[in-house]
Amino acid sequence: MRTLFRVGVFTAMTLAMGSCRSRGVPPSLAPVPDNQLRAVADFSVIADRKARSQALFVEASRVFLHPRCANCHPDGDVPAQGMEMTAHQPPVTRGPDNHGVVGMECAGCHQDRNLVQARVPGAPDWHLAPREMAWVGKTPHQICEQLKDPKRNGGKSLEAIVEHNAHDKALVAWGWSPGHDREPAPGTQEQLGAIVAAWVQTGAECPREEVRR
Amino acid sequence: MSITIRVNGTPQQLDVDPEMPLLWALRDVLGLTGTKYGCGEALCGACTVHLNGQVVRSCVTPVRRAANAEVVTIEGLSPNAEHPLQKAWVELGVPQCGFCQAGQLMTAAALLKKHPRPTDEQIDQSMAGNLCRCGTYMRIREAIKRAAGGPQ
Repeated sequence: MRTLFRVGVFTAMTLAMGSCRSRGVPPSLAPVPDNQLRAVADFSVIADRKARSQALFVEASRVFLHPRCANCHPDGDVPAQGMEMTAHQPPVTRGPDNHGVVGMECAGCHQDRNLVQARVPGAPDWHLAPREMAWVGKTPHQICEQLKDPKRNGGKSLEAIVEHNAHDKALVAWGWSPGHDREPAPGTQEQLGAIVAAWVQTGAECPREEVRR
Repeated sequence: MSITIRVNGTPQQLDVDPEMPLLWALRDVLGLTGTKYGCGEALCGACTVHLNGQVVRSCVTPVRRAANAEVVTIEGLSPNAEHPLQKAWVELGVPQCGFCQAGQLMTAAALLKKHPRPTDEQIDQSMAGNLCRCGTYMRIREAIKRAAGGPQ
């Protein structure tokens, strides 16, 4: 009987841990509103280096998977739009260089900045992320692995990835200045840059496959 | 602020707000009213012109973007309305009300320059941003094929 009780307690604990993991937030991290990011210092409560690195990536993936960012990282040839991630209207296609097809190039409508009157979003060199950089439908684990793979990240080093996230002034920065009444990506670009830098410093560990943002 | 653009081969100096939509400059300042105002949000294609050979929606393109650039409107597509597309448009009686047709022709012209013998898929993808409320899409596609010298 005592053995059975022990097995039961162990199972319950395992399930509880599993459910925490599946939410992606270690129980030691305080909750934050959806539109905010945790500070890097908040992750110091996770003693284990690998677990801390994994948790940092999950935090960063809250930005990557936000519609403001993921809409132009489609797993296909059509970008999405809006918080509901519906197909882009008018119907556009990726084209040979991720900038659309003749007559329907991204820059035919999207300017170098947001338009106040027409409400068309804009930033320099508006275009789709290459197909191999698709985020829509991916888990944080899958995004992490592809982000670290030079064949799928545009030949970038980890340091270059930090730099890109922290300081890109064009499409990355647009995620926090989307114009009109669009919801920006969580937190700030500065915070994301710090989180990605801390992730790299802690070994650039990828979250487990079942972890969600 | 003074901005110089070449419109249909002619240099034009414009003393306008650099954020003024190119369409306003073309229609209200230069009097080129062939290009139409449809939605004002880059959703219908009626205002399509070429900027350095690329299709742009002039209703959302700030005139500063056209500084020292080459703009071609429907008035400059050909000297005497003899572009193969214009001939095909007339032969097949493509327009109904006609309001969207200048934009349709400008996009089609860019398409044929890039793909002289476009497939149906290429036509559909490139023309997808030019709406026609009369529904002349089938005649537009046929006229593009005729202008391309393809099978009717």
